[in-house]
Amino acid sequence: MSATEDVLKPDFEAQQKHFIFNDEHEQLRQSIASFVAKELTPHAEEWEETTFPDSVIHRMGELGFLGLSMPEEYGGQGGDYYCNLVLAEEMARSNSGGLAMGVAVHTDMAMPPIHLFGTEEQKQEWLVPAIKGEKILCLGITEPDAGSDVSGIKTRAVRDGDEYVINGSKTYITNGHRADVIVLVTKTDPDAGYDGFSLFLVPMDSPGVIREKKLEKLGMHASDTALLAFQDVRVPASAMLGQEGKGFYHIMWELQGERLIGAAGCVAGAQLCFDKTLGYAMERQAFGRQIGKFQVIRHKFAEMATKIETARQMTYMTAWKFNNGEYPVREISMAKLYSARIAVEVADECIQIHGGAGYMKEYGVERTWRDMRLNRIGAGTDEIMLDVIGRSYGL
Amino acid sequence: MSDQGVLRPDFVAAGAPIPPFTAEHEAFRVSARGWIEQELLPHADQWEEAKWFPNEMFGAMAEQGFIGLKFDPAYGGDGDEVAAAVLAMEMARCGSGGVAAGLGAHMEIALPPIAKFGTEDQKQRWLVPGIKGELIAALAITEPDAGSDVAGLRTTAKPVDGGWIVSGEKCYITGGCRADVLVTAVRMEGTTRHDGITFLVIERGEGLESSPLQKLGWHASDTALIKFDEVFVPEENLLGAEGQGFALIMANFQWERLTMSLGAIGGMEVCFEQTVKYAQEREAFGRPISKNQVIRHKFAEMATKIETGRALSMHALRMHVAGENAVKEVTMAKLFTQKAAFEVADECLQIHGGAGYMVEYGIERAARDARLGPIGGGTDEVMKEILGKMLGL
Repeated sequence: MSATEDVLKPDFEAQQKHFIFNDEHEQLRQSIASFVAKELTPHAEEWEETTFPDSVIHRMGELGFLGLSMPEEYGGQGGDYYCNLVLAEEMARSNSGGLAMGVAVHTDMAMPPIHLFGTEEQKQEWLVPAIKGEKILCLGITEPDAGSDVSGIKTRAVRDGDEYVINGSKTYITNGHRADVIVLVTKTDPDAGYDGFSLFLVPMDSPGVIREKKLEKLGMHASDTALLAFQDVRVPASAMLGQEGKGFYHIMWELQGERLIGAAGCVAGAQLCFDKTLGYAMERQAFGRQIGKFQVIRHKFAEMATKIETARQMTYMTAWKFNNGEYPVREISMAKLYSARIAVEVADECIQIHGGAGYMKEYGVERTWRDMRLNRIGAGTDEIMLDVIGRSYGL
Repeated sequence: MSDQGVLRPDFVAAGAPIPPFTAEHEAFRVSARGWIEQELLPHADQWEEAKWFPNEMFGAMAEQGFIGLKFDPAYGGDGDEVAAAVLAMEMARCGSGGVAAGLGAHMEIALPPIAKFGTEDQKQRWLVPGIKGELIAALAITEPDAGSDVAGLRTTAKPVDGGWIVSGEKCYITGGCRADVLVTAVRMEGTTRHDGITFLVIERGEGLESSPLQKLGWHASDTALIKFDEVFVPEENLLGAEGQGFALIMANFQWERLTMSLGAIGGMEVCFEQTVKYAQEREAFGRPISKNQVIRHKFAEMATKIETGRALSMHALRMHVAGENAVKEVTMAKLFTQKAAFEVADECLQIHGGAGYMVEYGIERAARDARLGPIGGGTDEVMKEILGKMLGL
């Protein structure tokens, strides 16, 4: 080992000084971090039992965190896409994957389509209060018989005069119990293939919207996950979001942002778990020394650190392309695939380094693994990502 | 943005150049690639077989201005480290890891210490002709009993009137058979620790013997075992200060590892492109093998390794050229990309099936060449030690 390299100390602060971020992003990061540390992290344990309260969304709206990249005319902060990345990274510090996911569904999954495809009236009705945190959003794609294969969606919206009548069911819907409105993917023309889908903004208090049950999950306990039924739900034709028949393409666009934000959350979550475990390995003694001083453990950390940094750089590089106006579907799929995988690997390795303690609830590492495990499934499985990437090369 | 609803990705379009590369660098990439594919690639098979490429190629590279890219214009260079990084990526397209390594050893590891630590006189003697391709330099550090653990070096310099007498052995020295000068790490007589290490530039002459070593890959490059039998080295050939050899070694490690990382990205790209083409043409069970989902996913896995490796390496490069301390990032990039490059080459070999095992397709060579990555420039295990220690472990 070299003398020079021994004395060079890592600058962990430098990790986030990537060229995509400026001083304003750093200030934003600090203000979100301080909110998270004061108002969210202390409740993480409790919310695992109860799910997080709606008041978190209201409070974040008050603080201006829900519309970071939304235009000021709708109450947003008018920031760039990178602000959402900062939010996703800092929300990971809440130690509650379920909470971070619930907020991300509101800010980065349901909100962007309303902003991009919504009419002025729809934006006033839903976007403005959503940015204020007064209305909570959810997104309905998955059905009991259609997940990654969006084309298999069966929920039907049938025109009836000035209205549409909606029938069907949606499952695994994050925020499904607390939401005021759902961005709902339906089939309006069963014979038109990919051109037969349309989106609707359906108020969750509409007659015929049934919140069937709260689904029990491996992790993400702080979030509520719903199975929903739609039975002859009537909405005015003006509730259609975006172009009729373009719902599939609208949702494919939405998924890109969702995946990239998911990747950022995975990197931040993995880093947090890594930092915590590094602290543990330096304290925990075995065979007369800190376990971190064993070469095998040291190399585990070196490998994890490399994975995390690689995922971070992939995510930032992709976000840079996205913010430049490119539509980097291939890179987004790679960032999502790689980040989700390494987050699960890191969490599992951290459990291993913790030994018996890692298996105990008290240390929170097992929860990180349970929470992270969703990322290889949600927003498109690993296998779907691989298919998207492979097809992008004409294969 | 009103069309965004039906936005479709364009997978063929080139995006903006990734910093620190600029449009000018991308234009340079195109011309460098053209030259490499025209002047080097067609000879790769022959040079691999001969286990040698002609010394004239150094002059040919110099004529293109390639050797001097990163060096001070005062000595015939261009002063553009980023362009040198582009070249390091593109050299992977020359068809032979050995040719890339043989030329690279001169440009990327032997000349930089002279440029950084040499006196004006030394730069005129070695750097100027080195940039012109008229003089070939090699870096000689590793010995039969000391590799990554540099402190264990035994080649000894004994002070005499007007210089030193050097005795000892060096091995695995890329370009060591052809080099006119060897930038050599020696131990001052009577010292035992790393602060006794000093660099001497040893010119080929009496008492210096070099012989080629047979290797798994990198066949076109000459890799030497070198014996110094009481070689006299004049005092004006002392590079840097006496006892500061360790700092000299460390100074260029970051650049060496960066160029290796970038070269691996370039190498993976070539292998990937060639194998995609093969998989689309090769039919089995009634369709191109690329239409099998398992094959498609193998490509997706490889592409993800290439792009994540690129993102990490570009970050390390940006930090390095900005003059920041990039030890951690460069170490990670080297570790990640070298492993990835071998995995990609091996997977490409697998997709080629029996053809991959044949010399004709060049894939087995790519795999053999890539296998050096996790060893050369500091092993994977040494990279992990550096990272682990930086974490305080």
